[in-house]
Amino acid sequence: MGVAGQIFGAIPIDLIIIQTVNGIVTGMILALVASGLTLIFGIMDVVNFAHGELFMFGAYMGVLVFAATGNFWLALIAAALIIAVFGAVLQVVTLRPLIGRDPLNTILATFGISLVLQNYALWQFGPVARRIPEPLNLYFNMFYLQYPWYRILIAVLSAAIIGAFWLFLKHSKFGVWIRATTQDRVMAQAMGIPVPLVYTGVFALGAGMAAASGVLFAPLTGVSHTMGLDWVLKAFIVVVLGGMGNLGGSVVAAIFISLLESYASIVVDPSEAVIVSFVVLILTLLFRPTGLFATPK
Amino acid sequence: MSAVAVDIRTEGVSAEPLVRVEDVHTYYGKSHILHGVSLTVAPGEVVGLLGRNGVGKSTTLKTIMGLVQPSRGAVVLAGRPITGLPPHKLARLGIGYVPEDRRIFRLLTVMENLRTGLDRNGINDDRRRALLDKVFTYFPVLAERRNQPGGTLSGGEQQMLAIARAMMLEPKIILLDEPTEGLMPRMVSQISKIVEVLHNEGVAILLVEQNVPLTLAASQRVYIMEKGTVRHHCAASDLSVHDPIIKQYLGI
Repeated sequence: MGVAGQIFGAIPIDLIIIQTVNGIVTGMILALVASGLTLIFGIMDVVNFAHGELFMFGAYMGVLVFAATGNFWLALIAAALIIAVFGAVLQVVTLRPLIGRDPLNTILATFGISLVLQNYALWQFGPVARRIPEPLNLYFNMFYLQYPWYRILIAVLSAAIIGAFWLFLKHSKFGVWIRATTQDRVMAQAMGIPVPLVYTGVFALGAGMAAASGVLFAPLTGVSHTMGLDWVLKAFIVVVLGGMGNLGGSVVAAIFISLLESYASIVVDPSEAVIVSFVVLILTLLFRPTGLFATPK
Repeated sequence: MSAVAVDIRTEGVSAEPLVRVEDVHTYYGKSHILHGVSLTVAPGEVVGLLGRNGVGKSTTLKTIMGLVQPSRGAVVLAGRPITGLPPHKLARLGIGYVPEDRRIFRLLTVMENLRTGLDRNGINDDRRRALLDKVFTYFPVLAERRNQPGGTLSGGEQQMLAIARAMMLEPKIILLDEPTEGLMPRMVSQISKIVEVLHNEGVAILLVEQNVPLTLAASQRVYIMEKGTVRHHCAASDLSVHDPIIKQYLGI
């Protein structure tokens, strides 16, 4: 708190604490969105512009499953699984044929996918935002605020998903395949690792995590066809700051960026606070293009 | 592919070599690297591939491994045409590859490097343990360092890991590209020992080496390449280090 205290001077400590909690909560969701993105980039050099739409589709899928079953947790799991399968199909149909082509091809392809998905959502679900109610209607007192426990739960769940994912990468057979392919795809193939399958699997995992974050986030602001845009932009900033393909770096960068925006919105309007992230992005690209939180190698 | 029909021939009939490379032409972009290379390796045979730098030895290995696609010609594994198959399928069919620059997964531990070849279908726990025990007996240093990242090993240790990693596939043939390059003499003799051990186990080896005495001692037959094609082929025992042929093609 010391640094923030110096920067913001006369700002009351309670506001800073509240914004710290807010920053960590958004930071954890952002980390969940960004970890899929950074992984996909790290392994296949694909900049996935459609990642935000997978987040958005996940949220809509959550809306549908929730409407049918009334169970938030079921909606969360079902949305993640359905969008993971959808992601796998998307990868096989659109990105696999482009393997080995100029990266510009995949950028255009994912950008196209993003437009199609966004407009499909508009056509299918209409322009009015949908809502998923918070699954947890409990609040606790934080200074003058009734703070929802659900927000704390989001942060904990996101951390748990990322943690589980990290353990999966570290110990499972598929995790070793993913890390080996990320480091040297040619040698990975020569060791019998089915690299095309690994690509599809990673894309599915990233899509599933984006969908899970979409459902978790849905009760906070509602679900609309453009909800992915903000997130994917921020997730890209996080991926750059964290070092492309670096999972741990993205988590740190996500929390860093969210805290920064949180603190900035104490003094400026929240919609202007986004500027801080872009300033950090530009400075990073200028002075440390390998990433702010990347371990130099 | 007509693989099923051809597979019958792999049973016992000794006339069929394990690997047959037939008139292979390979390009990198527009430069023509291999100009019709043909060679064979019999099951369990150690075959040396000699030649100056840049004559296409490594490219020949890469072509067999499916890492580069020949524009003409064929590669046949135990009677089955394998040209055009992706490398991961070839690895599963029994080709182990130890590249020139070793290509250890540097951020993966020694154990994880071995797991890249060990985690495959149709292998049970006993078999896994036996394979690991075997390489840890041959290379005790790898057992000591099993939890260390591959990138922290010395050059010689990385070479051992690269060979051990290929052995995890229980290959029928190992393509060994300059295994002694840049190693200390003590390591070189250890590598030639492991080639002998593999040979005694019945694993065929196609050995690309600059070290002529080692190659002649380890191999049954040698091919000498020049300008992307095979210029000479004979039993290893017919050549000595000071042979005029060696002088002509290798400039020693």
